[in-house]
Amino acid sequence: MPPASERGCGFRIGDGRLARLSGGLAVALTVAIACRQVSPVRQSAAAAPARFGFGRIATVDEIRAWDTDVRADGRGLPPDSGTATEGAAIYTARCAACHGADGAHGAVAPAPTLVGRMPDDAFPFATDTTAVPTVGNYWPYATTLYDYIHRAMPFGSPGSLSPHEVYAVAAFILARNGIVPSTAVLSARTLPLVRMPARHRFVPDDRTGGPEVR
Amino acid sequence: MADEGPEAATDPGPDVPVTRRTLLAGALGAATAAFARSLAAQMPANPVQGSPAPQSPAAPGLPTSAVGTRAPSVHLARAPVGAVVGESYTPLQDLDGTITPADLHFERHHAGVPAIDPVGYRLLIHGLVDRPVIFTLADLRRFPARSRICFLECSGNGRKGYRAMSPQTTPQQIDGLTSTSEWTGVALATLLAEAGIQKSARWLLAEGGDAALLTRSVPVAKALDDALVAYAQNGEPLRPEQGFPVRLVLPGWEGNMNVKWLRRIKAGDEPFMTREETARYTDALRGDEARQFSFVMDAKSIITFPAYPTVLPGRGWCEVRGIAWSGRGRITGVDVSADGGATWAPATLQQPVLPMAHTRFRYVWQWQGQPATLMSRATDETGYVQPTLATLRSVRGPGTNYHLNNIRGWDVDAAGRVTFAARV
Repeated sequence: MPPASERGCGFRIGDGRLARLSGGLAVALTVAIACRQVSPVRQSAAAAPARFGFGRIATVDEIRAWDTDVRADGRGLPPDSGTATEGAAIYTARCAACHGADGAHGAVAPAPTLVGRMPDDAFPFATDTTAVPTVGNYWPYATTLYDYIHRAMPFGSPGSLSPHEVYAVAAFILARNGIVPSTAVLSARTLPLVRMPARHRFVPDDRTGGPEVR
Repeated sequence: MADEGPEAATDPGPDVPVTRRTLLAGALGAATAAFARSLAAQMPANPVQGSPAPQSPAAPGLPTSAVGTRAPSVHLARAPVGAVVGESYTPLQDLDGTITPADLHFERHHAGVPAIDPVGYRLLIHGLVDRPVIFTLADLRRFPARSRICFLECSGNGRKGYRAMSPQTTPQQIDGLTSTSEWTGVALATLLAEAGIQKSARWLLAEGGDAALLTRSVPVAKALDDALVAYAQNGEPLRPEQGFPVRLVLPGWEGNMNVKWLRRIKAGDEPFMTREETARYTDALRGDEARQFSFVMDAKSIITFPAYPTVLPGRGWCEVRGIAWSGRGRITGVDVSADGGATWAPATLQQPVLPMAHTRFRYVWQWQGQPATLMSRATDETGYVQPTLATLRSVRGPGTNYHLNNIRGWDVDAAGRVTFAARV
């Protein structure tokens, strides 16, 4: 059974509606509110309010602490920068054990292979069951590479890389894929300018139901 | 197998071959235990052997208990791959009805199951809203509640029925990444109204609190339609592997969008193009492109009995049973074929048929003792018909990796042995 703070506690008020609340103090406070809101006349259902007033307004600092996503257009990228040269040592120390020494070989499943381009940047994944998707051939935005590394990597200690380290590791992966030169300085300004080889391969869903199989 | 029932000492003849077949099936090796369980669930005990007297307790039984358990002879289990990044499969062939017991609901995690303190839990809604708000779990439980019975299915479900197929594959291994539950929580529309979502908001970013901080973009239209911020499954608080304390439920949409351990919703003007909707969970297509935001799970069905490793007890009547479901609404029909798709006949649908929920179908079949291939084919309320493997491969290509809803088949040989029809 979950703790009382999680279960909430039920009680009946005027018209028999069951309200769920948490904790004794909240019960006392909310009884007063609820009783004021409930009509003494028995009725099937009061009109739902536009707002219930539950929860509280988030502070600017709280939002800043949670709002860490980076979007395709680069919104959300933090200050700082990094280069592939700087990223090589970080990659070796923090990434290579799962993704292979050079990113192209030796990945340990389920860690994916990160490095690889198709001849002529082809996209044969529907027809060639041996084709291996990588950052170089199956990733549309360099910005979201930052987002994912910062969010979820290294696998055993996600979130432990500084912005500089994430920029540097992203630069290393992009350089290994031949997408940026190893001297490129990646930052909030330059990362959105990187054109990924698979950028134009993604199309919206065209299935609509009905008899046609798509 | 000795505890599964009495064994026949002599050939029981064609009408009562259960235990004989049980012995024969022992030769199948690794499949033996599952086979025996399957038969025990499907067949009555041998009526010829043993005492004719009913078994009556000689003494009172056990007292009441705080938490129930399954009968000692019942062994239901998911099949976990045993990895932090991985899945575990619902034992479809061992279940009847349409609701999946919560402890058998399939799992798919991207960085393990987090342990989240429900007292410290918070959900933040921000972005293009008038009032960025933070809710505790107790706050969420105060809102008007909604319940919804619907399936969840991993969009990668069915790979073992699409390529690299093997005859020795169970329904659990092929399609065990689908389950149906009653989910209870607060309508996401209610929370968005509370935050005052702005007209310019088109997409939401939903973020989980696991080690992957998994994120997916959800169209606001879906959020306002039928999305649920759920805290309960089949009447009890969510289980940790299902997102405790709170998950998103998007009826009919691919599993990974139903973000577990939901901690943040950000309203934005565009999709966020996260890793899980670009590098993963996109569908490679012929034409050198990849379908993105393929949210809806198309209609699918699978026969769960008879299926590998079952051995039919002998010629005669056999009820073919299975489940069908569609992310686009109700299942309107399931046809069953016993001749590999040459001819079809309608199965009976168990009522009520709910939209976007597992639907049980049954078809009484008479096996003549000849080789046969059983298939099921679902149709949904949009007129979509579950395609053949050849059609789906022709349309999308053999390498596509998600939304693999082709017709599944089961071969029955002359000895009654059932195997997966692993061929195009």
